[in-house]
Amino acid sequence: MSKNKKVLLELNNLCKHYPIRKGLLSKIAGYVYAVDGVSFSIYEGETLGLVGESGCGKSTVGRTILRLLDPTAGEILWRGERIDELSRAEMRPFRKEIQAVFQDPYSSLNPRMRAADIVSEPLRNFENLTQAEGRERVKELFALVGLRPDQMLRYPHEFSGGQRQRLGIARALSVKPKLIMCDEPVSALDVSVQAQVINLLGDLQKEFGVSYLFIAHDLAVVKHISHRIAVMYLGRVVELAETAELFACPSHPYTEALLSAVPIPDPTRQRQQIVLGGDVPSPINRPSGCHFHTRCIYAQERCKREEPTLEEVSPGHFVACHFKLNT
Amino acid sequence: MSQSTGKSILEVKDLRTYFYTRDGVVRSVDGVSFSISEGETLAIVGESGCGKSVTSLSLLRLIPSPPGKIVSGSILFHGKDLLSLSDEEMRDIRGDKISMIFQEPMTSLNPVLTIGRQISEVLELHRHCTKDEARTRILELLKLVNISEPERRIDEYPHQLSGGMRQRIMIAMALACDPEILIADEPTTALDVTIQAQILNLMRELRDRTRAAIILITHDLGVVAEMAQRVVVMYAGRKVEEASVFDLFAKPMHPYTLGLLNSMPRLDDASTKRLVEIPGMVPSMKTEIIGCAFAPRCSVASEKCTQESPVLKNHGNGHWVSCWHPISAAGVMHE
Repeated sequence: MSKNKKVLLELNNLCKHYPIRKGLLSKIAGYVYAVDGVSFSIYEGETLGLVGESGCGKSTVGRTILRLLDPTAGEILWRGERIDELSRAEMRPFRKEIQAVFQDPYSSLNPRMRAADIVSEPLRNFENLTQAEGRERVKELFALVGLRPDQMLRYPHEFSGGQRQRLGIARALSVKPKLIMCDEPVSALDVSVQAQVINLLGDLQKEFGVSYLFIAHDLAVVKHISHRIAVMYLGRVVELAETAELFACPSHPYTEALLSAVPIPDPTRQRQQIVLGGDVPSPINRPSGCHFHTRCIYAQERCKREEPTLEEVSPGHFVACHFKLNT
Repeated sequence: MSQSTGKSILEVKDLRTYFYTRDGVVRSVDGVSFSISEGETLAIVGESGCGKSVTSLSLLRLIPSPPGKIVSGSILFHGKDLLSLSDEEMRDIRGDKISMIFQEPMTSLNPVLTIGRQISEVLELHRHCTKDEARTRILELLKLVNISEPERRIDEYPHQLSGGMRQRIMIAMALACDPEILIADEPTTALDVTIQAQILNLMRELRDRTRAAIILITHDLGVVAEMAQRVVVMYAGRKVEEASVFDLFAKPMHPYTLGLLNSMPRLDDASTKRLVEIPGMVPSMKTEIIGCAFAPRCSVASEKCTQESPVLKNHGNGHWVSCWHPISAAGVMHE
């Protein structure tokens, strides 16, 4: 990603903590640190991949950006303007700019609405179009995502999983957003259909210059589609780099283990696999110091005490680790 | 990797499992044959709805009936047809000689029973263990699947365990009676990659130690490459290709297999070129498929493909393909 690109969205130390209430008086007994100090930027026309295992907070980051959740602390800037404290009414113009495609194409479409109405709902909400104009736009959108105009009056259950995801994409695109938050958009789809949707997202980016925040757990998919990738662990970004750089020289031990754990479809390949012990710790009682030290094969005394901060090891490559690899 | 002795212990011949629904007959499994030898890992791959899970459930006769029914075929276990057994005889085999690991470790454990109680059920039923004997054996099993603090975990409930640990419990339960065949239906699909790596490692270790044959049902070709010796590719209820894992990845012969391999974004490939799509989608199983089921999506399909069902042909070295125009090194063959 070239450096002269404009920053679209910026997160500064974003936090989302959920209080755990206990007892008769609902006293706060602790917090779930779902997102704990996440900072990154998304540039115009780029795809930022956000990866991590379940419970690492990647979806919470996405939902907070959409203001479906209110951040506990930190800043969200849209083209330099703070949007994290805006009221619902003030937020409205920004909602047009930031749209979403969700994971489950079965539950993210209203089963009682016709396909054309689903796709045109954001249009009706944000733009004053006549019925004829609206119908024309929906027709264009259908063609854009590879659906036939005769399918416009059908209900969601009449579509396959891949087609439903196309509907979701058409809906997100309808108001010409600048950023689409894609939360696991292809993980519910079969490989052959997954390729169709990934290609579609790529084509749309080329045509409209839309940016994606691509949240997924499948590293191969993220690698394919992203320009830059942020790796999250227990609510924090542990590494952020351009895609090629991240895969060529992962500097955080977690990234290294994550990459080596992905099964490669090549039976002749003998790999040195790093198998991490144990499970991801709970985001309620997080380990001290570096949160990853309990599973890290390189961990030393210092990691238990001191929290590493995100440091730039080479231009655009950030790592939060005391003992960075490959540097 | 352990090698098979070549003695086949399970032979499935022309298995057909249909579901009789209100909307018509769904031919979920439509004439599938394969066999598996001692110590071998056979992977069955395919996309959702291709009949791979129904095949695995049919092996244990766990098809809900009605609406499902195994209409024809045979499942020979040591030469004896499982389909001819009475329900009691079948129950003796299930969980003892042939056992199964299911996909969802969250839903396949009983939430109101302790881990120990659930595993002991198998032992009481098949081994007629006393409570103390069962407890000793369960602790052994929990250690075998690398559960830390087994003495504490044995009295815990499923909700107290993580997804990875629950899957280990499922494996411990499946291994309780030293089965000869272990059927694993998407054993790691619900798990994170680092946990998946742990479970796959464990399964490899246990396979080498117990010599159990594994039938691995999965949609992930990466898992196949790491685990299996032989692979069956299914499409729309039929077997379209079978080969050793090396042959399948090096020279896939069925256009569908090739399409699957090409449509996957790969971690070991630096290029970010466009993925090769397989156009269209899996056909509905409710209408009878005439000709080759893959023909409407196939780039090399001919007139013949839409009219006649292709027959499985051996192309040497145990490489079976069901296609009129299989792909060879020299390009597409025409028969």
